[in-house]
Amino acid sequence: MSAILTVDDSASIRAAIKIALSSEGYGVTEAANGAEGLEKASAGGFDLIVTDLNMPVMDGLTMIRELRARPAGAGVPIIFLTTESDADVKAQAKAAGATGWLTKPFEPDQLVRVVKKVLAK
Amino acid sequence: MSGLDPIETFRQEAQELLEQVEQGLLDLAHRPGDRDLIDAVFRGLHTLKGSGAMFGFDALAAFTHHCETAFDRVRKGEVPASPRLVACVLAAQDHMRALAEGRTVEPGVGEALLADLHAAVEGGDTPVAAAEPADAAARIWKIRFSLPADALVNGARPLPLLDELRDLGECRVRVVTDDVPPLEDLIPTECRLAWEVLLTTPHGREAIDDVFIFVIDEMTLDVEELTASQPAETIAAQDDKPASTAQAEKPAETNAAQDTRAAKTGGETVRVPAERLDEMMDRVGELVIAQSRLKQLASSSLDTALRAVAEEIERLAAEMRDTMMVVRMVPVIQLFGRFRRLIHDLQNDTGKKIDLQIEGETTELDKTVIERLADPLVHLVRNAADHGLETPEQRLAAGKPEAGLIRLSARQSGAEVLITITDDGRGVDRDRVRAKAEENGLITPGQVLTDNELLNLIFAPGFSTAATITNLSGRGVGMDVVKKTIEGLRGALDITSNPGEGSVVSLRIPLTLAIIDGLLVRVGSSRFVIPLANVEECVELSPAQDLRSTGRSLITLRDELVPFIRLREQFKTGSAPDPHQKIVVVSTGQDRVGLVVDQILGDHQTVIKPLSSFHADVGAFSGATILGDGGVALILDIPTLVQLGQRHDAQMRVAG
Repeated sequence: MSAILTVDDSASIRAAIKIALSSEGYGVTEAANGAEGLEKASAGGFDLIVTDLNMPVMDGLTMIRELRARPAGAGVPIIFLTTESDADVKAQAKAAGATGWLTKPFEPDQLVRVVKKVLAK
Repeated sequence: MSGLDPIETFRQEAQELLEQVEQGLLDLAHRPGDRDLIDAVFRGLHTLKGSGAMFGFDALAAFTHHCETAFDRVRKGEVPASPRLVACVLAAQDHMRALAEGRTVEPGVGEALLADLHAAVEGGDTPVAAAEPADAAARIWKIRFSLPADALVNGARPLPLLDELRDLGECRVRVVTDDVPPLEDLIPTECRLAWEVLLTTPHGREAIDDVFIFVIDEMTLDVEELTASQPAETIAAQDDKPASTAQAEKPAETNAAQDTRAAKTGGETVRVPAERLDEMMDRVGELVIAQSRLKQLASSSLDTALRAVAEEIERLAAEMRDTMMVVRMVPVIQLFGRFRRLIHDLQNDTGKKIDLQIEGETTELDKTVIERLADPLVHLVRNAADHGLETPEQRLAAGKPEAGLIRLSARQSGAEVLITITDDGRGVDRDRVRAKAEENGLITPGQVLTDNELLNLIFAPGFSTAATITNLSGRGVGMDVVKKTIEGLRGALDITSNPGEGSVVSLRIPLTLAIIDGLLVRVGSSRFVIPLANVEECVELSPAQDLRSTGRSLITLRDELVPFIRLREQFKTGSAPDPHQKIVVVSTGQDRVGLVVDQILGDHQTVIKPLSSFHADVGAFSGATILGDGGVALILDIPTLVQLGQRHDAQMRVAG
């Protein structure tokens, strides 16, 4: 089954994502900020990354850019999580190489559908 | 982390975030331009909003959004982090905390805070609805989309899509209800609505397609650009039903909102006046009494059907009692929350550095108990800061970290909550306590006391160890008032202290005041209730043991000597002891005492009725209860009896 990395500084969001995705049989690894996410993702082995943008230490945008520049992260689909308030951030994230986004708040079902769809492509 | 319930995790996280934001704001007051601080505050608010919305804390998310928007503008350099703005957001902390805890908030509080916030953010436009300025090169798009019938079941929601479109520019939304079948054919889980949106935006087609990126496969979407020469009004008027756009927007939102709400019923709350809860508690109490009468009648009846009903009612009454109690429970964070600010103020007042650690803030207690605990706890914390902790210089000299530590912790243990206030200060000076107690005539000079008794003198009426009374702890209220309040809650209080290492004050508080589980016992011809929470075990007192221990009344329990009291003698029943007396071992915190009773009758759901004011000074009883047969049993006041037993034993020790 596919391996998914969730990067978010909010433990509750990570918990919600992990519960939603692992109940669908995905293996979920957690990272608490961009730097940790980058480190884990650079080791390779992930089929999909779900990341927050606004995080301490290293933000999501930087992580996506860094990751896209590395062999292990160049082809991994990346879904970022955002709130409706950062409209212009979406364009930046897309430009940085993100695959798509999910607007917070979202229902677990929504996340699962999006993940399935992205993995199917 | 993920093993936990995400909502629970969020509650804790919200506390941490608010703390982090508060700290950031306090620091920002000293270093107004610090970018890292501004970013940290913004990020905290942002995460609070995002995660709050995820887990159904809609009010919190909506309110925090405004604070976040204000700080977003600070971050972008549009407005300065003025002291006024910092103060506003700081003032909003308590409100956000209340929302995060799901507490009910006074209506109007949030609005008032936001009004202040708007005033604090410079510039005329409200930062809240910072609508994107209409671009000269705005284009008008007519977007029509519908979701598949099973979209809602599959978790797709139209509302976020509309929200995202609104992010792109001004929207006029009309819901198309043409495909909604007549009521009798309507399947409520199916989505039969379509939406027509007139979007005025500088963005191009791609931005609109992006909105639908994850739903595009299943949905139907038509996007068409209207010629700019055609004013939007004309187009709106061309719609087949020129209903006002504001009205037309509503059905779409309600539909989507229903979807949202259905998924978030957990987040809904109802405000109920506290008196109504108290009334209900009284009714439940009466029900429990009536139920125990029924139980007694049924038990002597041969009618099996009646007995079955009686059992059913017993179960329901117990469940109802438990539910009622849960309704009245609130997390102790309501209590602990205020201490962060108190410690902040205390640092300023005393010149000491204090770290506050809080543990177990989600532990729940009865609302009334929480309210009555507030003052004693404030007193204990002030006392720890004022008398317990040393000045930074003294601490450094003693080889301790400069900042003193005060830890507040709460945890549930059985039907009680254990609250401890720990400090790592100088500890209680025994010699000074003794000197002071002798001076005040609390003890005779040279009186033999156990260490525990000596320490507990602090809680004796009229005792104060402070050489000079400062304005902090010396508010005319002594520690005796603290002890009285705690015992009034049927709780117990204990202190341990190591010189140079600090002190721990522990409070054991029963979860609720109204109904307890009790152990019904008989002494002579009277019946008494012992709160089950205090009962450790029951052992038999054999006639041989009884005779042997006429002097010092002690039994050996697993190599430990436990003093016991013969309630028959204590209450002067004048009756002969039963041949098989029992000892009920009760404890309050660390002290244990055995109570000798004639018979143990069984457990009893005890509705506590307070004693009349005439009997207020009767120490051995804390209340009364009505039994199933209409008789009355007095409820034993365990802290008093334990004290009595310990004192009795101490006297015997001195004498012997």
